[in-house]
Amino acid sequence: MTHLANYLQYLAKAEANLAEGFRKIGEAHADEVDIYHTSDTLAEQCEAHVEKLRPFCEEYGEEGTAEPDRLYHELFTETRQGGLGLLRDMQDLYLMASACDISWTMIGQAAQGLPDMELLEVVNLCEAQTATQLKWLKTRMKQAAPQALLVAS
Amino acid sequence: MADRIADPWGERTPFGREEEWPVRVDQFLEDGVSEDEVDDWIQTASILHSNGDALDIAVKNGRIVGVRGRAVDRVNRGRVDPKDLYGWQANNSEDRLTKPLVRKNGDLVEASWDEAFDLIVEKSKKLLEEKGPLAFGFYTTGQLFIEEYYTLGVIGKAGLGTPHMDGNTRLCTATAAAALKESFGTDGQPGSYADINHADAIMHFGHNIAETSVVTWMRVLDRLEGPEPPRLIVVDPRPTPAAKRADVHLAVKPGTNMALLNAFLHEIIENGQYDEEYIESHTLGFDELKEKVAGCTPEWAAGICDVEAEDIREAARILGTTERLVTTALEGVYQSHQATASACQINNIHLVRGLIGRPGCGILQMNGQPTAQNTRECGANGDLPAFRNWDNKEHIQQLADLWNVERVKIPHWAPPTHAMQIWRYAEQGSVNFLWIQCTNPAVSLPELHRIRSILQKENLFVIVQDIFLTETAQLADVVLPAATWGEKTGTYTNADRTVHLSESGVEAPGEAKHDLDIFLEYASRMDFRDKSGEPLIKWEHPEEAFEAWKECTRGRPCDYTGITYDKLRGGSGIQWPCNEEHPDGKERLYTDDVFNTQTENCETFGHDLLTGAMNDEKDHRAIAPNGRAFLKASEYLPAREVPGEEYPFRYTTGRTIYHFHTRTKTARAPQLNDAAPDAWVELHPSDAESLGVKEGDTVRVESPRGGMEAKARISGIREGVVFAPFHYGYFDQGEAGGDSPNGRAKPRAANELTITQWDPVSKQPVFKVAAARVVKVADNTDGTPAPAPTTTASAPVGEAGGRIPATAGGRKAEAKETLGEEA
Repeated sequence: MTHLANYLQYLAKAEANLAEGFRKIGEAHADEVDIYHTSDTLAEQCEAHVEKLRPFCEEYGEEGTAEPDRLYHELFTETRQGGLGLLRDMQDLYLMASACDISWTMIGQAAQGLPDMELLEVVNLCEAQTATQLKWLKTRMKQAAPQALLVAS
Repeated sequence: MADRIADPWGERTPFGREEEWPVRVDQFLEDGVSEDEVDDWIQTASILHSNGDALDIAVKNGRIVGVRGRAVDRVNRGRVDPKDLYGWQANNSEDRLTKPLVRKNGDLVEASWDEAFDLIVEKSKKLLEEKGPLAFGFYTTGQLFIEEYYTLGVIGKAGLGTPHMDGNTRLCTATAAAALKESFGTDGQPGSYADINHADAIMHFGHNIAETSVVTWMRVLDRLEGPEPPRLIVVDPRPTPAAKRADVHLAVKPGTNMALLNAFLHEIIENGQYDEEYIESHTLGFDELKEKVAGCTPEWAAGICDVEAEDIREAARILGTTERLVTTALEGVYQSHQATASACQINNIHLVRGLIGRPGCGILQMNGQPTAQNTRECGANGDLPAFRNWDNKEHIQQLADLWNVERVKIPHWAPPTHAMQIWRYAEQGSVNFLWIQCTNPAVSLPELHRIRSILQKENLFVIVQDIFLTETAQLADVVLPAATWGEKTGTYTNADRTVHLSESGVEAPGEAKHDLDIFLEYASRMDFRDKSGEPLIKWEHPEEAFEAWKECTRGRPCDYTGITYDKLRGGSGIQWPCNEEHPDGKERLYTDDVFNTQTENCETFGHDLLTGAMNDEKDHRAIAPNGRAFLKASEYLPAREVPGEEYPFRYTTGRTIYHFHTRTKTARAPQLNDAAPDAWVELHPSDAESLGVKEGDTVRVESPRGGMEAKARISGIREGVVFAPFHYGYFDQGEAGGDSPNGRAKPRAANELTITQWDPVSKQPVFKVAAARVVKVADNTDGTPAPAPTTTASAPVGEAGGRIPATAGGRKAEAKETLGEEA
């Protein structure tokens, strides 16, 4: 068993938590209908990532890790309300998605080192989607920030 | 004489490929007025759709008494849409607004302009001091003129400094703009109507062209009836007049356009019908496109769209083999699911086959409203003037220099706020000032009970500038009476980049003011200054405003610098770009296969089509498109709201030929109103049977958001789909209707039940896809059929349908058509 197993577990857990995070935000801010719909789509994307990782987690062995849960519980004790609350919630999601993003990079490095071309293919696909998730969060937060920070009651 | 209610498209003037479209001059004059009694003919163009038909207004004793088409114009060659033949009568309507109104103790009461402006300026100054520019929102239209939009844009962006400016063009044309930007780098219609003269194949995708671009459909009809007619493909869930003439009609399930388009691309690629050399030299993204459509066989798409695989294959064969293809698209794409992605895929068909920039190879991403193109160009909506990129500092600096303000004054930290978001900010109370011009959101936006409640919010100051007391104006705090078409001078641009001048021929009624003068007065009273302390707005008249606009466009793709009012007088409209290089305008864009995707030039750095996530300059530079077009591919995804047990129908909204927008004008033209006097609901015969509904029975259509009631028309719409026209509100129904507190009229607006949802890239609301149920409310006791026209997509079917009297205008609709040489 290698430490890759640990990283794969970490990422699978982090993606599952990110999916949960997207769903929570979508529901908590359902009146922002674009956030509601896009969060739902992205939650499904994260769940698909978990499925894609599963065979590799099995192949490279189980090694439990609690780290992503710590991040998740720290950030998502409860969702917030209003424009500012939305901004803070999305910022938390941004941190979680960043953790996934850099993990995909690490696993991609290992996949090349092995080499495991099947794993690399999964990494390439999912890493690009995670990068777009980050980009979407940033796009939406940039749009919302001035209104939320300057004029919202 | 021609009854153009009974026969909206008039007499045929067939012509063959490469020939000039024959002239036919249409004319309608008020009863009792003959041609030689007309005092004056005033040059203008249509204001009731996006086709841009050139016409002259007949004036007698200071009143409008009719119209006739301009034979000299490239767009219509003399023809006139029935909406324009009869619609001008609204100008003379008794109930025009003639004095400002202000709300006092809950009621709108007449006031002087001074009182109205004092109130607006006092409110503005106080809010600016307390909360700053982000508390201001502007919701404009697709019906003002260039001069007005540009002035409004400068006031909002460099005077107040708010990013919250958009128009109802968000509802009609945002996707066209978004897809053109994503594929080609900037907005701008690639093709020209004249491409229809050269085409071997034409596809109308989600475009009920016969009813919405009526005169261009006459051009297509004349090709179809001439020698060597083009093959015709129509994609529409309703049996539109175009669908009835099609070689292939694909009546797809609403919400599945993307699946069909991906199957088209799959077939073209699978059969090796793409232009490898063109793709290699002039596009980016072919490999990804190929991969995305790899599994999208006609059989796969047939299962999703619920049409025959053989028909998909046949349509794809036409698309894959023709050497001259014109494709048009409109709301069936733009207001549907995966709107921008689908519109990009339409661009892709032309790109992979290299069918662009040559005669007969036209992409026409259509517009809805007459001046929607200018809302997009002039910076009065969610774009910056002259297709500038909000994320390009150099572009912002150009505007700052032009307006002589600091760059930081012009909001550019994020894209200009889209309409649905502005309404959301108003709902949440962070936007407290909303100035609505010449549009009627209380009927045209989705989920009307929500819109009405926002308009009535205590902490939202609503100004409505319009020519009638619309459903929206009834809920305003201040109503400003405006002049309209025929009463003011200005220019506007149609869906194929043709710029027309519209001259003033009659006085506006009462104290109604020109829209430009209203904006100028506001700017002056607000004392907006540039950084030298001079007034920010440096023009007083339309022609001066046009000259200022021209400077703003210099060197941009929509270059107007070669156009003057004088040049537009007398002759045909002129297509931009018009400058030193193209002194008479340019028929089609991208003739050199170089697109506007250079990082320094482009209007957007691009988006992810699934989420709307934005690329930044760095991303764009890394791709180095350098003039190559983007082939943006997307997978098909099911619509967000699909039918289920409780709401088993697919609900879709649309238009009829006889009305424009929310009938503000067309309801006041008797010929048009009588042709389609009230709302209706279209049902397929088998759906009607299972509901126990017969022609003319009253049904209620409901979604989780609301319901509307109207008589049922049993029509040829596809099974499982229910359609309602979006034109009908409540202004002619007594008290405000729907579920408003004082609602006495039955709810009949189609948008009572539409969904609040929008495309991730274009932010255009989804009006074409919602789930609904239908319940019968009342039997048709008096035997009157649904008030739906029989001449159009709403034609009745079946035995009972055959007994319904055909829609006709009779003597009062008699118009004159003069063919060819005689004209």
